[in-house]
Amino acid sequence: MSGIDWGMIGPLYVRAFGQTLYMVSVAMLAGGVAGLVLGTLLYTTRRGGLLQNRLFYAVLNFAVNLIRPIPFILLLAFIGPVTLAVVGTQIGTEAVIFPLAIAASFAVSRIVEQNLVTIDPGVIEAARAMGASPLRIILTLLVPEALGPLILGYTFMFIAVVDASAVAGIIGGGGLGDLAIVYGYQRFNYPVTLLAVVTIIVIVQLVQVLGNALARRALRR
Amino acid sequence: MVRFDGVSKTFTVGKQTVVAVENVSLTIEQGEIFAIIGYSGAGKSTLVRLINGLERVTSGTVTVDGVDVTALSESRLRPVRSGIGMIFQQFNLFRSRTVAGNVAYPLKVAGWPREKRAARVAELLEFVGLADRARSYPDQLSGGQKQRVGIARALATSPTLLLADESTSALDPETTQEVLRLLQKVNRELGVTVVVITHEMDVVRSIADRVAVLDRGRVVEQDTVFEVFSNPKTDTARRFVGTVIRDRPTSGDLDRLRQSHSGRLVTAQVREGGGVGPILAGAADLGVSFEIVYGGISALQDRSFGSLTLELRGPDAGIDALLARLREHTDVEEVAA
Repeated sequence: MSGIDWGMIGPLYVRAFGQTLYMVSVAMLAGGVAGLVLGTLLYTTRRGGLLQNRLFYAVLNFAVNLIRPIPFILLLAFIGPVTLAVVGTQIGTEAVIFPLAIAASFAVSRIVEQNLVTIDPGVIEAARAMGASPLRIILTLLVPEALGPLILGYTFMFIAVVDASAVAGIIGGGGLGDLAIVYGYQRFNYPVTLLAVVTIIVIVQLVQVLGNALARRALRR
Repeated sequence: MVRFDGVSKTFTVGKQTVVAVENVSLTIEQGEIFAIIGYSGAGKSTLVRLINGLERVTSGTVTVDGVDVTALSESRLRPVRSGIGMIFQQFNLFRSRTVAGNVAYPLKVAGWPREKRAARVAELLEFVGLADRARSYPDQLSGGQKQRVGIARALATSPTLLLADESTSALDPETTQEVLRLLQKVNRELGVTVVVITHEMDVVRSIADRVAVLDRGRVVEQDTVFEVFSNPKTDTARRFVGTVIRDRPTSGDLDRLRQSHSGRLVTAQVREGGGVGPILAGAADLGVSFEIVYGGISALQDRSFGSLTLELRGPDAGIDALLARLREHTDVEEVAA
Protein backbone atom coordinates (compact mmCIF):
# COMPACT_ATOMS: atom_id res chain seq x y z
CA MET A 1 0.00 0.00 0.00
CA SER A 2 1.39 3.32 -0.99
CA GLY A 3 0.50 6.84 0.13
CA ILE A 4 -1.26 9.44 -1.97
CA ASP A 5 0.92 11.06 -4.61
CA TRP A 6 -0.80 14.43 -4.45
CA GLY A 7 1.11 15.68 -7.46
CA MET A 8 -0.72 13.13 -9.59
CA ILE A 9 -3.92 12.45 -7.62
CA GLY A 10 -4.62 16.07 -6.65
CA PRO A 11 -5.80 17.32 -10.06
CA LEU A 12 -7.60 14.02 -10.74
CA TYR A 13 -9.41 14.30 -7.42
CA VAL A 14 -10.51 17.85 -8.11
CA ARG A 15 -11.75 16.84 -11.56
CA ALA A 16 -13.57 13.74 -10.22
CA PHE A 17 -15.16 15.79 -7.46
CA GLY A 18 -16.38 18.31 -10.02
CA GLN A 19 -17.71 15.56 -12.29
CA THR A 20 -19.67 13.93 -9.48
CA LEU A 21 -21.23 17.25 -8.44
CA TYR A 22 -21.99 18.07 -12.07
CA MET A 23 -23.64 14.72 -12.82
CA VAL A 24 -25.59 14.57 -9.58
CA SER A 25 -26.83 18.16 -9.58
CA VAL A 26 -27.95 18.23 -13.22
CA ALA A 27 -29.57 14.79 -12.94
CA MET A 28 -31.31 15.80 -9.70
CA LEU A 29 -32.53 19.05 -11.20
CA ALA A 30 -33.91 17.47 -14.37
CA GLY A 31 -35.06 14.28 -12.66
CA GLY A 32 -36.49 16.24 -9.74
CA VAL A 33 -38.67 18.40 -11.95
CA ALA A 34 -39.72 15.51 -14.23
CA GLY A 35 -40.36 13.34 -11.16
CA LEU A 36 -42.50 16.05 -9.59
CA VAL A 37 -44.62 16.19 -12.73
CA LEU A 38 -44.87 12.40 -13.06
CA GLY A 39 -45.57 11.94 -9.34
CA THR A 40 -48.28 14.60 -9.43
CA LEU A 41 -49.81 12.88 -12.46
CA LEU A 42 -49.73 9.53 -10.64
CA TYR A 43 -51.40 11.10 -7.61
CA THR A 44 -54.06 13.06 -9.47
CA THR A 45 -55.05 10.34 -11.94
CA ARG A 46 -55.37 7.56 -9.37
CA ARG A 47 -58.82 6.48 -8.23
CA GLY A 48 -60.63 9.31 -6.46
CA GLY A 49 -58.01 11.82 -7.66
CA LEU A 50 -58.63 15.30 -9.03
CA LEU A 51 -58.04 14.16 -12.62
CA GLN A 52 -59.01 10.52 -12.19
CA ASN A 53 -58.12 8.59 -15.34
CA ARG A 54 -57.76 4.86 -14.92
CA LEU A 55 -56.07 4.16 -18.25
CA PHE A 56 -53.54 6.96 -17.90
CA TYR A 57 -52.75 5.91 -14.35
CA ALA A 58 -52.38 2.26 -15.32
CA VAL A 59 -49.96 3.06 -18.15
CA LEU A 60 -47.86 5.48 -16.12
CA ASN A 61 -47.84 3.20 -13.11
CA PHE A 62 -46.67 0.32 -15.28
CA ALA A 63 -43.94 2.44 -16.86
CA VAL A 64 -42.64 3.49 -13.45
CA ASN A 65 -42.62 -0.10 -12.27
CA LEU A 66 -40.84 -1.12 -15.46
CA ILE A 67 -37.95 1.34 -15.21
CA ARG A 68 -37.44 1.41 -11.45
CA PRO A 69 -36.22 -2.14 -10.81
CA ILE A 70 -33.48 -1.98 -13.49
CA PRO A 71 -30.12 -1.71 -11.70
CA PHE A 72 -28.53 1.58 -12.75
CA ILE A 73 -25.43 -0.05 -14.21
CA LEU A 74 -27.68 -1.99 -16.59
CA LEU A 75 -29.88 1.00 -17.41
CA LEU A 76 -26.72 2.87 -18.37
CA ALA A 77 -25.94 0.22 -20.97
CA PHE A 78 -29.52 -0.56 -21.91
CA ILE A 79 -30.62 2.94 -22.91
CA GLY A 80 -27.33 3.73 -24.64
CA PRO A 81 -28.97 4.20 -28.06
CA VAL A 82 -31.49 6.65 -26.62
CA THR A 83 -28.67 8.52 -24.89
CA LEU A 84 -26.85 8.71 -28.21
CA ALA A 85 -29.94 10.12 -29.89
CA VAL A 86 -30.63 12.67 -27.14
CA VAL A 87 -27.17 13.72 -25.97
CA GLY A 88 -25.25 12.99 -29.15
CA THR A 89 -22.74 10.69 -27.51
CA GLN A 90 -22.75 7.43 -25.57
CA ILE A 91 -19.65 8.15 -23.56
CA GLY A 92 -18.50 10.78 -21.12
CA THR A 93 -20.01 12.69 -18.21
CA GLU A 94 -22.90 14.14 -20.22
CA ALA A 95 -23.84 10.67 -21.43
CA VAL A 96 -24.19 9.57 -17.78
CA ILE A 97 -26.42 12.48 -16.85
CA PHE A 98 -29.22 11.42 -19.19
CA PRO A 99 -29.78 7.91 -17.81
CA LEU A 100 -29.16 9.25 -14.30
CA ALA A 101 -31.93 11.82 -14.79
CA ILE A 102 -34.24 9.13 -16.21
CA ALA A 103 -33.67 6.86 -13.22
CA ALA A 104 -34.09 9.79 -10.84
CA SER A 105 -37.37 10.97 -12.39
CA PHE A 106 -39.04 7.59 -12.05
CA ALA A 107 -37.82 7.12 -8.49
CA VAL A 108 -38.77 10.69 -7.55
CA SER A 109 -42.23 10.19 -9.07
CA ARG A 110 -42.95 7.45 -6.52
CA ILE A 111 -41.65 9.53 -3.65
CA VAL A 112 -43.79 12.48 -4.75
CA GLU A 113 -46.86 10.27 -5.16
CA GLN A 114 -46.36 8.72 -1.72
CA ASN A 115 -46.03 12.10 -0.06
CA LEU A 116 -49.00 13.65 -1.85
CA VAL A 117 -51.17 10.71 -0.78
CA THR A 118 -50.66 11.76 2.84
CA ILE A 119 -52.35 15.14 2.23
CA ASP A 120 -55.72 15.24 4.00
CA PRO A 121 -58.38 14.85 1.25
CA GLY A 122 -60.49 17.31 3.25
CA VAL A 123 -58.05 20.08 2.40
CA ILE A 124 -58.50 19.41 -1.30
CA GLU A 125 -62.26 19.23 -0.86
CA ALA A 126 -62.18 22.62 0.88
CA ALA A 127 -60.35 24.12 -2.10
CA ARG A 128 -62.84 22.53 -4.51
CA ALA A 129 -65.69 23.96 -2.44
CA MET A 130 -64.19 27.42 -2.98
CA GLY A 131 -64.39 26.90 -6.71
CA ALA A 132 -60.67 26.23 -7.26
CA SER A 133 -59.87 24.36 -10.47
CA PRO A 134 -57.83 21.12 -10.38
CA LEU A 135 -54.90 22.93 -12.03
CA ARG A 136 -54.93 25.67 -9.39
CA ILE A 137 -55.11 23.09 -6.60
CA ILE A 138 -52.19 21.19 -8.11
CA LEU A 139 -50.06 24.30 -8.57
CA THR A 140 -50.84 26.20 -5.39
CA LEU A 141 -51.84 23.66 -2.80
CA LEU A 142 -50.44 20.16 -3.26
CA VAL A 143 -46.72 20.91 -3.09
CA PRO A 144 -46.92 23.47 -0.23
CA GLU A 145 -49.09 21.10 1.84
CA ALA A 146 -46.61 18.21 1.43
CA LEU A 147 -43.44 20.33 1.37
CA GLY A 148 -41.77 18.98 4.51
CA PRO A 149 -41.93 15.29 3.56
CA LEU A 150 -41.10 16.19 -0.06
CA ILE A 151 -37.86 17.86 1.02
CA LEU A 152 -36.90 14.74 2.98
CA GLY A 153 -37.80 12.60 -0.04
CA TYR A 154 -35.63 14.69 -2.35
CA THR A 155 -32.78 14.49 0.14
CA PHE A 156 -33.09 10.72 0.10
CA MET A 157 -33.09 10.77 -3.72
CA PHE A 158 -30.02 13.00 -3.88
CA ILE A 159 -28.11 10.42 -1.92
CA ALA A 160 -29.40 7.61 -4.12
CA VAL A 161 -28.23 9.54 -7.19
CA VAL A 162 -24.77 10.03 -5.66
CA ASP A 163 -24.74 6.26 -5.16
CA ALA A 164 -25.78 5.58 -8.77
CA SER A 165 -23.25 8.06 -10.16
CA ALA A 166 -20.41 5.92 -8.79
CA VAL A 167 -20.66 3.59 -11.78
CA ALA A 168 -20.31 6.45 -14.29
CA GLY A 169 -16.79 5.24 -15.07
CA ILE A 170 -18.26 2.32 -17.04
CA ILE A 171 -18.98 4.69 -19.93
CA GLY A 172 -16.18 7.10 -19.23
CA GLY A 173 -18.16 9.50 -17.12
CA GLY A 174 -15.51 9.85 -14.43
CA GLY A 175 -16.43 11.03 -10.96
CA LEU A 176 -15.39 10.00 -7.47
CA GLY A 177 -16.51 6.39 -7.95
CA ASP A 178 -14.33 6.06 -11.01
CA LEU A 179 -11.38 7.59 -9.14
CA ALA A 180 -11.79 5.09 -6.33
CA ILE A 181 -11.92 2.12 -8.69
CA VAL A 182 -9.29 3.08 -11.26
CA TYR A 183 -6.71 4.86 -9.12
CA GLY A 184 -7.48 3.21 -5.81
CA TYR A 185 -8.79 -0.30 -6.14
CA GLN A 186 -7.15 -1.34 -9.41
CA ARG A 187 -3.77 0.10 -8.41
CA PHE A 188 -3.88 -1.31 -4.89
CA ASN A 189 -3.76 2.25 -3.59
CA TYR A 190 -6.11 1.97 -0.66
CA PRO A 191 -5.76 5.60 0.54
CA VAL A 192 -7.16 6.87 -2.77
CA THR A 193 -10.20 4.62 -2.40
CA LEU A 194 -10.58 5.84 1.14
CA LEU A 195 -10.28 9.47 0.02
CA ALA A 196 -13.08 9.02 -2.54
CA VAL A 197 -15.31 7.18 -0.06
CA VAL A 198 -14.78 9.77 2.68
CA THR A 199 -15.54 12.58 0.21
CA ILE A 200 -18.80 10.90 -0.78
CA ILE A 201 -19.69 10.41 2.90
CA VAL A 202 -19.06 14.10 3.59
CA ILE A 203 -21.23 15.17 0.62
CA VAL A 204 -24.04 12.88 1.78
CA GLN A 205 -23.83 14.09 5.38
CA LEU A 206 -23.93 17.74 4.36
CA VAL A 207 -26.91 17.21 2.09
CA GLN A 208 -28.76 15.29 4.79
CA VAL A 209 -28.14 17.99 7.38
CA LEU A 210 -29.33 20.64 4.93
CA GLY A 211 -32.38 18.57 3.98
CA ASN A 212 -33.33 18.01 7.61
CA ALA A 213 -33.00 21.70 8.40
CA LEU A 214 -35.14 22.75 5.42
CA ALA A 215 -37.76 20.11 6.19
CA ARG A 216 -37.91 21.27 9.81
CA ARG A 217 -38.52 24.81 8.64
CA ALA A 218 -41.23 23.69 6.26
CA LEU A 219 -42.92 21.63 8.97
CA ARG A 220 -42.34 24.35 11.58
CA ARG A 221 -41.34 21.76 14.19
CA MET B 1 -82.74 29.57 -1.85
CA VAL B 2 -82.07 25.85 -2.14
CA ARG B 3 -84.54 23.33 -3.50
CA PHE B 4 -84.24 19.56 -3.65
CA ASP B 5 -86.69 17.85 -5.99
CA GLY B 6 -86.85 14.07 -5.76
CA VAL B 7 -83.11 13.82 -5.25
CA SER B 8 -81.41 10.44 -4.98
CA LYS B 9 -77.74 9.59 -4.78
CA THR B 10 -76.31 6.10 -4.95
CA PHE B 11 -72.69 5.03 -4.69
CA THR B 12 -71.32 1.93 -6.32
CA VAL B 13 -68.61 0.26 -4.30
CA GLY B 14 -67.35 -2.75 -6.20
CA LYS B 15 -70.51 -4.66 -7.05
CA GLN B 16 -72.50 -3.21 -4.17
CA THR B 17 -74.81 -0.27 -4.58
CA VAL B 18 -75.28 1.96 -1.56
CA VAL B 19 -78.17 4.40 -1.44
CA ALA B 20 -76.94 7.47 0.41
CA VAL B 21 -79.83 9.81 -0.35
CA GLU B 22 -83.25 8.60 -1.41
CA ASN B 23 -85.96 10.70 -3.02
CA VAL B 24 -85.38 13.83 -0.96
CA SER B 25 -87.50 16.92 -1.59
CA LEU B 26 -87.09 19.97 0.57
CA THR B 27 -86.84 23.73 0.35
CA ILE B 28 -84.45 25.92 2.30
CA GLU B 29 -85.67 29.50 2.54
CA GLN B 30 -83.59 32.62 2.10
CA GLY B 31 -82.23 33.95 5.41
CA GLU B 32 -83.05 30.99 7.63
CA ILE B 33 -80.87 28.56 9.55
CA PHE B 34 -81.88 25.15 8.32
CA ALA B 35 -80.65 22.07 10.15
CA ILE B 36 -80.34 18.57 8.76
CA ILE B 37 -80.00 16.03 11.54
CA GLY B 38 -79.33 12.33 11.31
CA TYR B 39 -77.15 9.56 12.70
CA SER B 40 -73.77 8.93 11.11
CA GLY B 41 -74.30 7.17 7.81
CA ALA B 42 -77.75 8.71 7.36
CA GLY B 43 -76.52 10.52 4.25
CA LYS B 44 -76.43 14.08 5.57
CA SER B 45 -72.87 14.86 4.47
CA THR B 46 -73.69 13.57 1.00
CA LEU B 47 -76.90 15.60 0.95
CA VAL B 48 -75.12 18.88 1.73
CA ARG B 49 -72.44 18.18 -0.90
CA LEU B 50 -75.12 17.90 -3.55
CA ILE B 51 -75.84 21.60 -2.99
CA ASN B 52 -72.41 22.79 -4.17
CA GLY B 53 -71.89 19.88 -6.52
CA LEU B 54 -68.99 18.26 -4.66
CA GLU B 55 -71.15 15.17 -5.12
CA ARG B 56 -73.40 14.81 -8.16
CA VAL B 57 -76.98 13.55 -7.98
CA THR B 58 -77.98 10.18 -9.41
CA SER B 59 -81.48 11.52 -10.10
CA GLY B 60 -83.59 14.55 -9.27
CA THR B 61 -82.60 18.22 -9.31
CA VAL B 62 -81.02 20.64 -6.86
CA THR B 63 -81.66 24.32 -7.46
CA VAL B 64 -79.58 27.02 -5.78
CA ASP B 65 -80.78 30.60 -6.21
CA GLY B 66 -82.77 29.55 -9.24
CA VAL B 67 -79.81 27.77 -10.89
CA ASP B 68 -80.13 24.03 -11.49
CA VAL B 69 -76.71 22.93 -10.26
CA THR B 70 -77.31 19.33 -11.30
CA ALA B 71 -77.26 20.43 -14.94
CA LEU B 72 -73.93 22.26 -14.70
CA SER B 73 -70.59 20.86 -15.81
CA GLU B 74 -67.70 20.78 -13.35
CA SER B 75 -66.17 23.96 -14.80
CA ARG B 76 -69.54 25.78 -14.85
CA LEU B 77 -70.02 24.78 -11.21
CA ARG B 78 -66.88 26.58 -10.05
CA PRO B 79 -68.28 30.12 -10.05
CA VAL B 80 -71.40 28.79 -8.27
CA ARG B 81 -69.19 27.23 -5.58
CA SER B 82 -67.37 30.51 -5.20
CA GLY B 83 -70.67 31.98 -4.03
CA ILE B 84 -71.35 29.23 -1.48
CA GLY B 85 -69.28 29.04 1.70
CA MET B 86 -68.51 25.72 3.36
CA ILE B 87 -67.06 24.74 6.73
CA PHE B 88 -66.06 21.30 7.89
CA GLN B 89 -65.87 19.09 10.97
CA GLN B 90 -62.08 18.82 10.74
CA PHE B 91 -61.81 22.49 9.66
CA ASN B 92 -59.72 21.52 6.59
CA LEU B 93 -57.44 24.52 6.91
CA PHE B 94 -54.33 24.72 4.74
CA ARG B 95 -51.50 23.91 7.14
CA SER B 96 -48.92 25.44 4.83
CA ARG B 97 -50.60 28.85 4.95
CA THR B 98 -51.06 31.38 7.71
CA VAL B 99 -54.48 32.32 9.02
CA ALA B 100 -54.47 35.32 6.68
CA GLY B 101 -53.26 33.09 3.82
CA ASN B 102 -56.12 30.68 4.41
CA VAL B 103 -58.72 33.44 4.36
CA ALA B 104 -57.13 35.00 1.25
CA TYR B 105 -57.16 31.76 -0.76
CA PRO B 106 -60.82 31.86 -1.90
CA LEU B 107 -60.31 35.52 -2.82
CA LYS B 108 -57.40 34.55 -5.06
CA VAL B 109 -59.56 31.85 -6.60
CA ALA B 110 -62.25 34.47 -7.25
CA GLY B 111 -59.64 36.73 -8.88
CA TRP B 112 -59.50 39.57 -6.35
CA PRO B 113 -56.53 41.93 -6.78
CA ARG B 114 -53.89 41.78 -4.04
CA GLU B 115 -54.58 45.16 -2.41
CA LYS B 116 -58.32 44.47 -2.07
CA ARG B 117 -57.57 41.01 -0.65
CA ALA B 118 -55.58 42.33 2.31
CA ALA B 119 -58.35 44.71 3.37
CA ARG B 120 -61.00 42.01 3.05
CA VAL B 121 -58.92 39.51 5.06
CA ALA B 122 -58.46 42.06 7.87
CA GLU B 123 -62.18 42.78 7.89
CA LEU B 124 -63.07 39.07 8.08
CA LEU B 125 -60.58 38.30 10.85
CA GLU B 126 -62.01 41.22 12.78
CA PHE B 127 -65.50 39.79 12.31
CA VAL B 128 -64.54 36.38 13.74
CA GLY B 129 -62.41 37.92 16.49
CA LEU B 130 -59.01 36.68 15.30
CA ALA B 131 -57.42 39.90 14.06
CA ASP B 132 -54.37 39.26 16.28
CA ARG B 133 -53.74 35.77 14.87
CA ALA B 134 -53.40 36.72 11.18
CA ARG B 135 -49.78 35.55 10.98
CA SER B 136 -50.25 32.35 12.99
CA TYR B 137 -50.35 28.94 11.36
CA PRO B 138 -53.36 26.63 11.89
CA ASP B 139 -51.25 24.25 14.02
CA GLN B 140 -50.83 27.03 16.56
CA LEU B 141 -54.57 27.53 17.07
CA SER B 142 -57.16 25.84 19.31
CA GLY B 143 -60.07 23.94 17.77
CA GLY B 144 -62.49 26.82 18.25
CA GLN B 145 -60.06 29.28 16.70
CA LYS B 146 -59.51 26.94 13.74
CA GLN B 147 -63.22 26.79 13.08
CA ARG B 148 -63.45 30.57 13.29
CA VAL B 149 -60.74 30.76 10.64
CA GLY B 150 -62.79 28.23 8.66
CA ILE B 151 -65.82 30.49 8.94
CA ALA B 152 -63.84 33.61 7.94
CA ARG B 153 -62.47 31.71 4.94
CA ALA B 154 -65.94 30.49 3.97
CA LEU B 155 -67.34 34.03 4.15
CA ALA B 156 -64.48 35.63 2.22
CA THR B 157 -66.30 36.01 -1.08
CA SER B 158 -69.50 37.24 0.65
CA PRO B 159 -71.56 34.13 -0.12
CA THR B 160 -75.31 34.22 0.44
CA LEU B 161 -75.29 30.58 1.52
CA LEU B 162 -73.10 28.84 4.10
CA LEU B 163 -72.91 25.06 4.42
CA ALA B 164 -71.76 23.83 7.82
CA ASP B 165 -70.89 20.13 7.76
CA GLU B 166 -70.71 18.89 11.39
CA SER B 167 -68.94 22.14 12.13
CA THR B 168 -68.97 21.69 15.90
CA SER B 169 -68.63 17.92 16.23
CA ALA B 170 -64.89 18.07 16.93
CA LEU B 171 -65.28 20.79 19.56
CA ASP B 172 -65.92 20.75 23.32
CA PRO B 173 -69.33 21.98 24.57
CA GLU B 174 -68.15 25.48 25.45
CA THR B 175 -66.36 26.03 22.13
CA THR B 176 -69.38 24.58 20.37
CA GLN B 177 -71.56 27.33 21.82
CA GLU B 178 -68.97 29.93 20.79
CA VAL B 179 -68.98 28.71 17.19
CA LEU B 180 -72.79 28.43 17.13
CA ARG B 181 -73.09 32.02 18.34
CA LEU B 182 -70.79 33.05 15.51
CA LEU B 183 -72.92 31.18 12.96
CA GLN B 184 -75.96 32.94 14.37
CA LYS B 185 -74.18 36.27 14.00
CA VAL B 186 -73.35 35.40 10.38
CA ASN B 187 -77.01 34.65 9.79
CA ARG B 188 -78.40 37.73 11.54
CA GLU B 189 -75.86 40.40 10.69
CA LEU B 190 -74.90 39.33 7.19
CA GLY B 191 -78.21 37.75 6.21
CA VAL B 192 -76.45 34.57 5.11
CA THR B 193 -78.64 31.48 4.77
CA VAL B 194 -77.03 28.70 6.82
CA VAL B 195 -77.44 24.96 6.32
CA VAL B 196 -76.27 23.09 9.40
CA ILE B 197 -75.53 19.37 9.21
CA THR B 198 -75.34 17.74 12.61
CA HIS B 199 -76.00 14.67 14.70
CA GLU B 200 -76.43 16.76 17.84
CA MET B 201 -79.94 17.88 18.67
CA ASP B 202 -78.48 20.50 20.97
CA VAL B 203 -77.04 22.28 17.92
CA VAL B 204 -80.47 22.25 16.28
CA ARG B 205 -82.09 23.62 19.43
CA SER B 206 -79.47 26.37 19.81
CA ILE B 207 -79.61 27.98 16.40
CA ALA B 208 -81.91 26.41 13.83
CA ASP B 209 -85.24 27.77 12.60
CA ARG B 210 -86.31 24.63 10.78
CA VAL B 211 -85.04 21.09 10.76
CA ALA B 212 -85.19 18.02 8.54
CA VAL B 213 -84.65 14.63 10.15
CA LEU B 214 -82.74 12.27 7.89
CA ASP B 215 -82.90 8.53 8.41
CA ARG B 216 -81.16 6.12 6.06
CA GLY B 217 -81.14 8.65 3.24
CA ARG B 218 -84.76 9.72 3.59
CA VAL B 219 -86.25 12.84 5.11
CA VAL B 220 -88.64 11.35 7.66
CA GLU B 221 -89.70 14.60 9.28
CA GLN B 222 -89.41 18.25 8.36
CA ASP B 223 -90.79 21.18 10.29
CA THR B 224 -90.00 24.16 12.50
CA VAL B 225 -87.63 23.32 15.31
CA PHE B 226 -90.36 24.10 17.87
CA GLU B 227 -92.80 21.71 16.22
CA VAL B 228 -90.30 18.85 15.96
CA PHE B 229 -89.20 19.30 19.58
CA SER B 230 -92.64 19.72 21.06
CA ASN B 231 -94.39 17.18 18.88
CA PRO B 232 -92.01 14.72 17.19
CA LYS B 233 -93.92 12.41 14.87
CA THR B 234 -91.39 9.70 14.06
CA ASP B 235 -89.32 7.40 16.27
CA THR B 236 -86.11 8.84 14.86
CA ALA B 237 -87.19 12.38 15.70
CA ARG B 238 -88.35 11.29 19.16
CA ARG B 239 -84.99 9.68 19.86
CA PHE B 240 -83.16 12.84 18.81
CA VAL B 241 -85.45 15.03 20.89
CA GLY B 242 -84.95 12.64 23.80
CA THR B 243 -81.20 13.27 23.71
CA VAL B 244 -81.65 16.86 24.86
CA ILE B 245 -85.12 17.03 26.40
CA ARG B 246 -85.60 14.47 29.14
CA ASP B 247 -89.13 15.29 30.18
CA ARG B 248 -90.48 11.84 29.34
CA PRO B 249 -89.62 8.91 31.60
CA THR B 250 -87.74 6.06 29.96
CA SER B 251 -88.93 2.50 30.55
CA GLY B 252 -86.29 2.21 33.26
CA ASP B 253 -87.60 5.35 34.95
CA LEU B 254 -91.12 3.94 34.72
CA ASP B 255 -90.12 0.68 36.41
CA ARG B 256 -88.64 2.67 39.25
CA LEU B 257 -91.68 4.97 39.48
CA ARG B 258 -93.98 1.98 39.47
CA GLN B 259 -92.27 0.55 42.57
CA SER B 260 -92.74 3.66 44.67
CA HIS B 261 -96.11 4.82 43.29
CA SER B 262 -99.13 2.54 43.35
CA GLY B 263 -101.63 4.96 41.71
CA ARG B 264 -102.31 5.32 37.96
CA LEU B 265 -99.47 6.94 36.04
CA VAL B 266 -100.20 9.25 33.11
CA THR B 267 -97.98 11.49 31.00
CA ALA B 268 -99.58 14.75 29.83
CA GLN B 269 -98.10 17.10 27.24
CA VAL B 270 -97.74 20.67 28.37
CA ARG B 271 -98.07 23.29 25.66
CA GLU B 272 -98.21 27.03 25.59
CA GLY B 273 -101.77 27.99 26.58
CA GLY B 274 -102.57 24.32 27.19
CA GLY B 275 -104.42 24.93 30.44
CA VAL B 276 -103.27 21.79 32.23
CA GLY B 277 -102.94 23.66 35.53
CA PRO B 278 -106.58 24.75 35.98
CA ILE B 279 -107.81 21.23 35.16
CA LEU B 280 -105.51 19.70 37.74
CA ALA B 281 -106.71 22.30 40.22
CA GLY B 282 -110.19 20.82 39.82
CA ALA B 283 -109.02 17.26 40.49
CA ALA B 284 -110.03 17.40 44.13
CA ASP B 285 -113.69 18.00 43.14
CA LEU B 286 -113.62 14.59 41.43
CA GLY B 287 -112.14 13.00 44.53
CA VAL B 288 -108.80 12.58 42.79
CA SER B 289 -105.43 13.53 44.24
CA PHE B 290 -102.32 13.90 42.09
CA GLU B 291 -98.59 14.08 42.47
CA ILE B 292 -96.05 15.16 39.82
CA VAL B 293 -93.52 12.34 39.66
CA TYR B 294 -91.54 13.15 36.52
CA GLY B 295 -91.26 15.76 33.79
CA GLY B 296 -90.00 19.13 32.73
CA ILE B 297 -90.88 22.26 30.80
CA SER B 298 -88.49 23.81 28.29
CA ALA B 299 -88.59 26.97 26.25
CA LEU B 300 -87.68 27.04 22.58
CA GLN B 301 -87.89 29.91 20.12
CA ASP B 302 -89.59 31.83 22.95
CA ARG B 303 -92.36 29.26 23.40
CA SER B 304 -92.57 26.69 26.16
CA PHE B 305 -93.38 23.02 25.93
CA GLY B 306 -92.76 19.82 27.86
CA SER B 307 -94.50 16.99 29.59
CA LEU B 308 -95.48 15.97 33.10
CA THR B 309 -95.91 12.46 34.43
CA LEU B 310 -98.52 12.33 37.18
CA GLU B 311 -99.55 9.76 39.71
CA LEU B 312 -103.34 9.88 40.12
CA ARG B 313 -105.10 8.38 43.12
CA GLY B 314 -108.83 8.09 43.75
CA PRO B 315 -111.90 6.34 42.33
CA ASP B 316 -111.45 5.12 38.72
CA ALA B 317 -114.53 7.02 37.57
CA GLY B 318 -113.08 10.28 38.94
CA ILE B 319 -109.70 9.63 37.32
CA ASP B 320 -111.34 8.80 33.97
CA ALA B 321 -113.32 12.02 34.13
CA LEU B 322 -110.17 14.00 34.88
CA LEU B 323 -108.33 12.35 31.98
CA ALA B 324 -111.24 13.16 29.66
CA ARG B 325 -111.00 16.84 30.63
CA LEU B 326 -107.24 16.83 30.09
CA ARG B 327 -107.60 15.19 26.68
CA GLU B 328 -109.78 18.06 25.53
CA HIS B 329 -106.74 20.30 25.82
CA THR B 330 -103.69 18.18 25.27
CA ASP B 331 -102.27 14.72 24.58
CA VAL B 332 -102.37 12.36 27.52
CA GLU B 333 -100.88 8.90 27.60
CA GLU B 334 -101.68 6.44 30.33
CA VAL B 335 -98.58 4.52 31.31
CA ALA B 336 -99.46 0.82 31.34
CA ALA B 337 -99.39 -0.78 34.76
